[in-house]
Amino acid sequence: MNPVIIETTPEEYKDLIDSIKNDGFEMMVDLTVVDWFRKKEPRFEVVVQFLSTSQNLRKTIKVFVKDEDLTLPSITEIYPSANFYEREAYDMFGIIFENHPDLTRILMPDDWEGHPLRKNYGSGRIPVQFKNAPKVD
Amino acid sequence: MKNNNIKKSKLSNFKNKLDFWATNSEEGGWNVSSTDEGSQKMLENENEKQIKIQTGTEVVDDFVIEEETSDDERMIVNMGPQHPSTHGVLRLQAELEGEVVRRVKPIIGYLHTGMEKTGEELNYFQGPTNTTRMDYLSPLFNELVFSLTTEKLIGIEVPKRAETIRILMTELNRVSSHLVALATGGMDIGALSMMIFGFRERELILDFFEKTTGLRMNHNFIRPGGVAADLPDGWQKDVEEILKIIPEKLQDYDDMLLDNPIWKGRLQNVGILTTEECFAYGITGPSLRASGYTWDLRKSQPYSGIENYDFDIPVLKEGDVFARWRVKVLEIFESLKIIEQAMNNMPKGPYKVQDKKITPPPRKRLDESMEALIHHFKIYTEGFKVPEGDAYVAVESPRGELGCYIVSDGSSKPYRMHVRGPSFCNLQALPVIMTDSPIADAVAAIASLDPVIGDVDR
Repeated sequence: MNPVIIETTPEEYKDLIDSIKNDGFEMMVDLTVVDWFRKKEPRFEVVVQFLSTSQNLRKTIKVFVKDEDLTLPSITEIYPSANFYEREAYDMFGIIFENHPDLTRILMPDDWEGHPLRKNYGSGRIPVQFKNAPKVD
Repeated sequence: MKNNNIKKSKLSNFKNKLDFWATNSEEGGWNVSSTDEGSQKMLENENEKQIKIQTGTEVVDDFVIEEETSDDERMIVNMGPQHPSTHGVLRLQAELEGEVVRRVKPIIGYLHTGMEKTGEELNYFQGPTNTTRMDYLSPLFNELVFSLTTEKLIGIEVPKRAETIRILMTELNRVSSHLVALATGGMDIGALSMMIFGFRERELILDFFEKTTGLRMNHNFIRPGGVAADLPDGWQKDVEEILKIIPEKLQDYDDMLLDNPIWKGRLQNVGILTTEECFAYGITGPSLRASGYTWDLRKSQPYSGIENYDFDIPVLKEGDVFARWRVKVLEIFESLKIIEQAMNNMPKGPYKVQDKKITPPPRKRLDESMEALIHHFKIYTEGFKVPEGDAYVAVESPRGELGCYIVSDGSSKPYRMHVRGPSFCNLQALPVIMTDSPIADAVAAIASLDPVIGDVDR
């Protein structure tokens, strides 16, 4: 099944989500980010998947977020299921969702530095230091 | 005077030995008449202020009782991450008022291994090795969804036999996954026999998986372009045995639990999820069907030709833990129907797509053909290239909608690989179903959602 794809800007994002909710898309099933580091401008592409069970339709929203501002309005008021996904997007990519009830790291430790799924973040080369553990030289 | 000193040191030794109350008698010795005052002193090394606080002559205002608060103080209790009924390393922060849970916050990430990052460094041919380790109770679904997304990006269709093998294996996997859900759910509530029964029957299916794929879990069997190997000789016999034994055993479970007053009392009207709540929190799968809403991706958005099979979607109205347990039992029967049809209608033919760029040639061909050797070398060193684009494909895993979103930049590795795990999303419902219910029901509620932490944390 091919979803309908709509591209939008951060300014129009929330209004668009509102209209999608009114169109009968009951569920927000997925929210994720693609980092187009040095490949595309704007750098971050937030991809949100919606599902309408009554009409058996899917819809994909793509929002482009610049590296300079990194902010997007939170849609947790409209779709409460966005809560964990927005926290994950913040944790992994550093996108800040305004008016999110609890925008904290979800998968990484609280005191982690950096956002691991960004393309300029190397993998497997960081010694893990747990909280309150004695420092090992 | 000297005598007195000896007496005092002897006394202090005595005191140390017995760890007894001190006396306030100047001469030493144990003055019985002074014990009333002396007993207030507790320990000799306490300062005057503490003694005053203890005797009540001085009041320190560091603990103020609010008037609204009842006798049972609210307290925050940590459950997990090392708790047997959290099904892995899930941690719950629960605010309790007596026995009642007032607020709860699931804390996840203890099993985070960065699989989405790893997925960007493995090529499409290696991809299923990574995704199969996410939801370790239904590994074949993870492989299936990754393969379907890759195939959608390339634009190929797999042969009929490969599709049927995929359906056969994934539906068997659904049965084994639900059996674990029933087993651990029973254990959490105290039906310990259920634990042994569920895992015993699952073993039948895992044996078949081992025979077919070589491994009991993390198979890497379903790959882009088909499946890794054909079914082994005499596979029908094994599947027939599974089809014969599992319904009998399910009947045993029903005899034990269906009319069991304790089981019903613990599960009915506990942890109710309405359809609206399911929509709001994105909950799919058996939990949605237990709340009275008919929605199954196998029917509405079919994949791998599952629309050709005859089966029903069990739906219950209650939305409580009992309904979620019952839906899983009924789904096993429906899956067995699909397995039987797949077994009887297994088409003949290739089990991999006949495209030399995607499917590595069989081992025998390498000795005969230079071209086969080149293709083999290219696939195993570089992998095959996938055209630019992105795709989201979802299948119905035992826990709900399992989606995979892949962005390709035209190379042989995904530019971005994201898996929408159903457990991750379903966990958001925990605060909804646990709030204002007794702490004893919390365990039943977690078990009914059937989260797999490997899928949550990825």
